[in-house]
Amino acid sequence: MIEFNRFVLSNGLRVLVHEDHTTPMAVVNVLYDVGARDEQPDKTGFAHLFEHLMFGGSGNIPDYDEPLQRAGGENNAYTTNDLTNYYCQLPVENMETAFWLESDRMLGLAFSKKSLEVQRKVVCEEFKEHYLNKPYGDIWHKMRELCYQVHPYRWMTIGKELSHVEKANIEDVKAFFYKHYRPINAILVVAGAVKVEQVKLLAEKWFGDIPSGEQYVRDLPAEPAQTGARHLDIYADVPANALIMAWHMDARLEPGYYAAELLTEILGDGGSSRLYQALVKERKILSALEVHHFGSSDKGLLAIESRLVNGVDHATAQAALEEELEKITREPVSATELQKVKNKTESMIVFEDMSLMNRASSLAHYELLGDAHLMNTELEKYRSITADDLLRESQKIFRKENSNTLYYHIRPTQHAE
Amino acid sequence: MLNRKKAPAIKDAVNMSLHLPPYVSFTLSNGVPVYTVQAGSQEVLQVELLFFAGLWYEQQELLSATTNFLLKNGTKTKTAFQLNEQVEYYGAYLSRGCFNDVSNITLHCLNKHLPHLLPVVSEILTESIFPEDELVIYKNNQLQRLDINLKKCEFVGNRLIDEYVYGRNHPYGRYSTAEAFENIQREQLLDFYQSHYVNGNCIILVSGKLPTDLEQQLNQSLGHLPLRGNRPDITPIATSPLVEKKHRVSNDEQGIQGAIRIARPFPTRHHPDFLGMQVLNNVLGGYFSSRLMNNIREDKGYTYGIHSYIQSHLHHASLHISTEAGREVCESAIAEIYKEMSLLCNEPVSAEELGLVRNYMMGGLLGDLDGPFQIMSRWKTYLLNNLPPDYFQQSLQTIRSITPAQLQQLAQQYLQPDSFYELVVV
Repeated sequence: MIEFNRFVLSNGLRVLVHEDHTTPMAVVNVLYDVGARDEQPDKTGFAHLFEHLMFGGSGNIPDYDEPLQRAGGENNAYTTNDLTNYYCQLPVENMETAFWLESDRMLGLAFSKKSLEVQRKVVCEEFKEHYLNKPYGDIWHKMRELCYQVHPYRWMTIGKELSHVEKANIEDVKAFFYKHYRPINAILVVAGAVKVEQVKLLAEKWFGDIPSGEQYVRDLPAEPAQTGARHLDIYADVPANALIMAWHMDARLEPGYYAAELLTEILGDGGSSRLYQALVKERKILSALEVHHFGSSDKGLLAIESRLVNGVDHATAQAALEEELEKITREPVSATELQKVKNKTESMIVFEDMSLMNRASSLAHYELLGDAHLMNTELEKYRSITADDLLRESQKIFRKENSNTLYYHIRPTQHAE
Repeated sequence: MLNRKKAPAIKDAVNMSLHLPPYVSFTLSNGVPVYTVQAGSQEVLQVELLFFAGLWYEQQELLSATTNFLLKNGTKTKTAFQLNEQVEYYGAYLSRGCFNDVSNITLHCLNKHLPHLLPVVSEILTESIFPEDELVIYKNNQLQRLDINLKKCEFVGNRLIDEYVYGRNHPYGRYSTAEAFENIQREQLLDFYQSHYVNGNCIILVSGKLPTDLEQQLNQSLGHLPLRGNRPDITPIATSPLVEKKHRVSNDEQGIQGAIRIARPFPTRHHPDFLGMQVLNNVLGGYFSSRLMNNIREDKGYTYGIHSYIQSHLHHASLHISTEAGREVCESAIAEIYKEMSLLCNEPVSAEELGLVRNYMMGGLLGDLDGPFQIMSRWKTYLLNNLPPDYFQQSLQTIRSITPAQLQQLAQQYLQPDSFYELVVV
């Protein structure tokens, strides 16, 4: 049970306080309700680039990192398709430093041209390092475009192409800031050896006078239900064939989400999972396997990524994979198998909640989804899933017409005559 | 009116009192030492069995890593699937890892399940059979993985720089090859398993919210095993660093980034310069506001990240600078790296910058000690390196008291550009 208090400032900033007096640290976590899904199709990668710019100085403070580190703190941030989250951890005695820094950058950035210029380059190098200069690095660029035709989940947070990031200008930056980075669109979580009253005073003092801003109303095109199997072939300079499949699944708050999460575990998590045992160990068709889902706020994807044993062709691997999926849509999972994934889920939640930083960001994330209390009811939801629920959900997900398949091929070498 | 230009007062982290919670130790019936750290509020445990069975101890390449990997892939009575299922049923994680000096088996679980899980650990330490079929699958899949990794400039860079610093045949400079995978045979795994696991030298580290009957549980499952509680005798193995210092390797004609690796041999944790050098390392490239980050990322935009660190093995160590930079700016980035080194040799660090680094390091330590596993991780380093019990206080003392003149002296000794190996892999 994660205890917390919640209050809202008059400018609309939601504040959550989680007291834990066993630690000498405080975590200050600021989440902004904006992610890559809120970008325009011709200006992708912007939410993430913007995250970098948030460290380039604010109205009254030339440098964010230096004063925080001087106070004994550490920080970082991440951008997803749904949200942008900033967090810092520092000795609780110096917590006010984090309020000062976070509130000043919420009040207004410095909008430095130099920072924009440098961070465009930095992000381009990040793009190259993680997605371009790496075998199979483009898989999810291609897969997202295959799976989503309308919804902005069709591009990755890093952006659709380098040129979008390269073209970002200071006017874009300003407009984005005043549209999304306002108190009304933000959630502040403070966790650690703190008192609610103390946080109230500090929040009021540092964030209270920031203009509320306009509530951002998200109006994204819903992805229409997929009506036919989709297939894509890619040829690249890689040493092994890969097979990637993805199916649309429920959004984070929809009822099917919990069953889909357990299905993911049953199929591919750990050495006793079904696909690993059948296809890597027994039939020796796959050499590497990963089953995961996106847990996204809007309708997401359940994905199986695999590499093929040398000499195995894609069609054989796909048939073998579908054979296993067919089993899970035909027969209910056993009581033992179901209990196994529930036990795993319980462990996962307990281990995750060990870290103060995780507790803070989870609270922020659940508050964004609509209610931070959801954090404490998750386990019950998983526990109440039945074998029938899994059967129904698997039949809904693993339909041929809901599937997206990528054959990633070794490019045949061209011999010069 | 709030003055936002003025920073709130801070307490210098340097003045915060910090202590490393002590461990409690006991010995199992068979003499295996157990070190425990009791902390945290969640009912969880980490049980790590350390073996002196890393690369240092193998007579044949890849023997230690392969044995470690296949430990839980079959026993006399259970298949790999059954072993995994037994662990996963209880929502636990049984992982294993093989490193340059030691290897381990680590169990993470909820306290309530420990009695069901220790017997599995005991079983893989007495009855593993290394099935031929499992070995074949492992070899094939690893060979494919190696092929893929060899396409990555950072992977190739990491291998080569260690080779330059320690020598291709040294346990710290060695790396996997297709040939070495092919050469591994089941009989050799069984031998290594007998000598280094079944009858191996073992240390157990347990951290978390400890159950009251922990000692009893451990004794029951592991106390009767033929494990040895003493340390093995170490035969020194001299490093053989390469003579040629500068290297450019072309790995991918189409590559758009280069992996830059710059490194030199450096003394181990027992050397009096080690602690001071950790402070200097932070100034150079150990944190976000380091000289290298400020210059090469935040001013030039050549890279997404650049770091320096001390790679500290038990018997030898080295100092590294590592980054991936755009292909066309690699040489400029290297010039800037040397410029930053020279600057540290030629000018003392300002009191302001040193204060920043001190506070950052102290705050980091405070955060690092927040949690049972983190506390144990620090003790593990101290125990494995045979460091004195007051080593933590010594580190704090160094952070608090080292002077700009001492840092400059260290820079002059260890940051001379021409003492470094230099490598770019594109």
